[in-house]
Amino acid sequence: MAANKQRNVRNFSIIAHIDHGKSTLADRILEKTKALTEREMKEQFLDAMDLERERGITIKLNAVQLQYEANDGEDYLFHLIDTPGHVDFTYEVSRSLAACEGALLVVDAAQGIEAQTLANVYLALDNDLEIIPVINKIDLPSADVERVKQEIEDVIGIPADDAILASAKSGIGIDEILERIVSDIPAPAGDPEEPTKALIFDSLYDSYRGVIAYTCIKEGSIKIGDKIKMMQTGKEFEVSELGVFTPEPVKKEELTVGDVGFLTASIKNVGDSRVGDTITLAKNPAAEPLPGYKRLNPMVYCGLFPVDADNYNDLREALERLELNDSSLQYEAETSQALGFGFRCGFLGLLHMEIIQERIEREFNIDLITTAPSVIYEVEMNDGEVLNIENPSLMPETKNIKEVREPFVKATVMVPNDFVGPVMEICQKKRGAFVDMEYLDENRVNITYDIPLSEIVYDFFDQLKSQTKGYASFDYELSGYQPSNLVKMDILLNGETVDALSFIVHRDFAYHRGKHIAEKLKKIIPRQQFEVPVQASIGNKVVARTTIKAMRKNVLSKCYGGDISRKRKLLEKQKEGKKRMKMVGKVEIPQEAFMSVLEMSDDD
Amino acid sequence: MERSVYIHIPFCHEICHYCDFAKMYYNRELADQYLNYLRTEMKLYLGDKKINSRTVYIGGGTPTSLNEQQLEKLLSIIHEFINIKETEEFTIEANPGEFSEGHVKVMRDYGINRVSLGVQVLDDDFLKLLNRNHEVRDVDQAVSTLQQYGLNNISMDFIYALPNQSIEHFRKTLDMALDYNLPHYSAYALQIEPRTVFHLRHQQGKLNKPPEEDEAEMLMMLMEKMEKAGKHHYEISNYSENGFESQHNLTYWSNQEYYAFGAGAHGYLNGERYVNLRPVNHYNQSLANQKKPVLHRETISLKEKIEEEMFLGLRRIRGVKDDEFKAKYGYSFYDFYNKEIQQLTQKGWLEDRKRQIYLTKDGFLFGNDVFASFLLDEKTYNRVIHN
Repeated sequence: MAANKQRNVRNFSIIAHIDHGKSTLADRILEKTKALTEREMKEQFLDAMDLERERGITIKLNAVQLQYEANDGEDYLFHLIDTPGHVDFTYEVSRSLAACEGALLVVDAAQGIEAQTLANVYLALDNDLEIIPVINKIDLPSADVERVKQEIEDVIGIPADDAILASAKSGIGIDEILERIVSDIPAPAGDPEEPTKALIFDSLYDSYRGVIAYTCIKEGSIKIGDKIKMMQTGKEFEVSELGVFTPEPVKKEELTVGDVGFLTASIKNVGDSRVGDTITLAKNPAAEPLPGYKRLNPMVYCGLFPVDADNYNDLREALERLELNDSSLQYEAETSQALGFGFRCGFLGLLHMEIIQERIEREFNIDLITTAPSVIYEVEMNDGEVLNIENPSLMPETKNIKEVREPFVKATVMVPNDFVGPVMEICQKKRGAFVDMEYLDENRVNITYDIPLSEIVYDFFDQLKSQTKGYASFDYELSGYQPSNLVKMDILLNGETVDALSFIVHRDFAYHRGKHIAEKLKKIIPRQQFEVPVQASIGNKVVARTTIKAMRKNVLSKCYGGDISRKRKLLEKQKEGKKRMKMVGKVEIPQEAFMSVLEMSDDD
Repeated sequence: MERSVYIHIPFCHEICHYCDFAKMYYNRELADQYLNYLRTEMKLYLGDKKINSRTVYIGGGTPTSLNEQQLEKLLSIIHEFINIKETEEFTIEANPGEFSEGHVKVMRDYGINRVSLGVQVLDDDFLKLLNRNHEVRDVDQAVSTLQQYGLNNISMDFIYALPNQSIEHFRKTLDMALDYNLPHYSAYALQIEPRTVFHLRHQQGKLNKPPEEDEAEMLMMLMEKMEKAGKHHYEISNYSENGFESQHNLTYWSNQEYYAFGAGAHGYLNGERYVNLRPVNHYNQSLANQKKPVLHRETISLKEKIEEEMFLGLRRIRGVKDDEFKAKYGYSFYDFYNKEIQQLTQKGWLEDRKRQIYLTKDGFLFGNDVFASFLLDEKTYNRVIHN
């Protein structure tokens, strides 16, 4: 019985670049398998977080169980596990892929393969997944199916002559996709009689039920009432709830091999149910846990501080919650003279950082001040000691330093021919060293540069997008540390160093950037009751200086014809704006000032 | 309780580049229709019994965009609902160069006893920049026509800190304005409002507003010159001879209720602030269905009333008196604001004398900072109220 059931299970995910139509395709599949009635059908069902819908990207994983009656007359159970498309979320992708046996590779028929897709496909190949290429948007006038097929074969090296031609938007090719999932993707291999091994691939916290673990049963089974054991922590719990998503949660008595669903067991402490851990049964435990994920280390650090110091504990709690299903997020307490108590947090990349900030502000309702992101510098002292500095304000004095090394990345930019010039120019300006250039076909080029990560953390991606009209796609991986001529630049407001504004910069660019940031701060920081000098300095040497003039007048003289509500709103806005500012010494600084050291656009 | 009445005429022959009030280009048929609906609205609120109202104010838009017959019709509608005999102050806004002797006769015959002239600046180039449809010489003409018909209670409105305006330039406008020796003057600093031509230019960086320093100096000069000319400062933007303070505007600053009729008008009735539909066709449509043309209304809580009492009252030079506050709310304002009052007096922005608080000269410059500190946080409010 169980074996029969397992034979008809298919676990798969969808790999695609942003905008290539993954969410629409997922919706069509849900529709075809009648998981959703028309009425329930909200556009793009899987992107459930508000933030995801707004940004049109997937951040968190979702797993949905679908029933499909194939042409062979048999009923199949599909588990569609959604994956994020952005390079910052590679970690999440590897998690969802570990729960699958196959993947649909969706490629835009007009745009072809993008660098980020490539990274995810390689991850899938590493995981031994069966890959079914789907060429989407074939009804676009600019579609070039033959070219894309050729590209899939040349770049990825998988046969593409049987790629499915589809248009998720118009519903073309969906039937073929469903049949191919049945015929090409293998059933999960586990044995229902073996000791239980279930992978936790995601989890969230519910204040009534405790931790809800998303799990995929690789061996054996779990029933309600079973005593389970977390293999990493050794903690034991009694299962109170089991279920699957269809996509609404549906409760089950038992989950067995091949099932993908959720589990609760009154787990109150978020740390007791780590994503990537293996669940087994306390009575008959498995000998070995499942191989964990490739744990990724943070590449970018920044300080997060509550605007209101009273929210420090709330912020800690928010970070604990988020860490629960995002173990790539790291944090530790930090104290800044300027900003008080907060946390230094590590992220996989800039987007990851932005998303976490926004989630804290929205889901936990905490106003944050974020300091400019920094990478980890290796500092070799004169006495031979090597320090890892991830917070610019902690950079030791120059005279004690023998050498500073900074992380470099191998950056791959895929771009149409016409933009090779601009891309190389940006890379040069960002202190990049040319590595390689490779023509994928007659008009697409893969350019590889070795670039300091810190330059990527600045506005590299924005510049790339604007200089290539959005055509460039970009991926990077850490390539190691190299010595650089770096200095720490301090910013002084009203004569006092604001530690949260310090940053590390290449000596050749120091003067220019110091001047630029002083001017920028002059624009961002509102006039105060007194004159505020702004200085940028290296050590004791001031390299740039400007002044924020004192405020002279702030009064609304206008009458507004009896519109008192409007006056009130203006005053409330002013008060609210003040609340979101941070008092540093005697100076009130708005949140965005702390990020200003980042933006280096040439036009201002 | 007697309430003041505000009536909005949303028509203009020319749209000024800074204006964000409810307004549209004048059109004769539309204005005729509008006046009928205005009557319907007043009837919905006031019924058949005439009310007494201490002050009535006709604003815009431009009330003088109406032709003589329409003006007469408007005024007779007002007389239908209000005992104007009992009205102390009956004001109409008027644009220089836009009204005839005929208009003025109608005004006088229907009991209007105060005219507020939209002069804005006394320089033809600047008037053009604002897209005003009058010239400096029209102002002379307007004042003498009004005075000829015995309408001596005239006020002039000015805007300063205009694009490219120097302190010297504003001084000239002020001197010319004071040469008329009128009993009342208002002067507002230019405010850039969304959905105006100036806003767009400002965003494109083409507006060239004078720096904050100059704006502050203009305000200081304004206060000085007015004082010297015997027009005392009685509200942030208003100056008058004794006994010529705008009674209508004082009802706003002393936080009293008032009716408002017309498209986009703002009223305050039975503890509720409301705003009417702005587009004239929406306004008309609603009244065609005998429905009050209200776009939005909100009940003002006690906490908000207290806040408004303070930030409106402090706009007046005499400020807020604690005994009056107590009589209205049963608490002393020190119960809510002791800390704020102390801080603001220390800063030199507020004077606290004999249980009466008012803005200092410096306080005027930073009025918004003072007003914003009189918004209560829930904690303080609840502590006082539940004690």
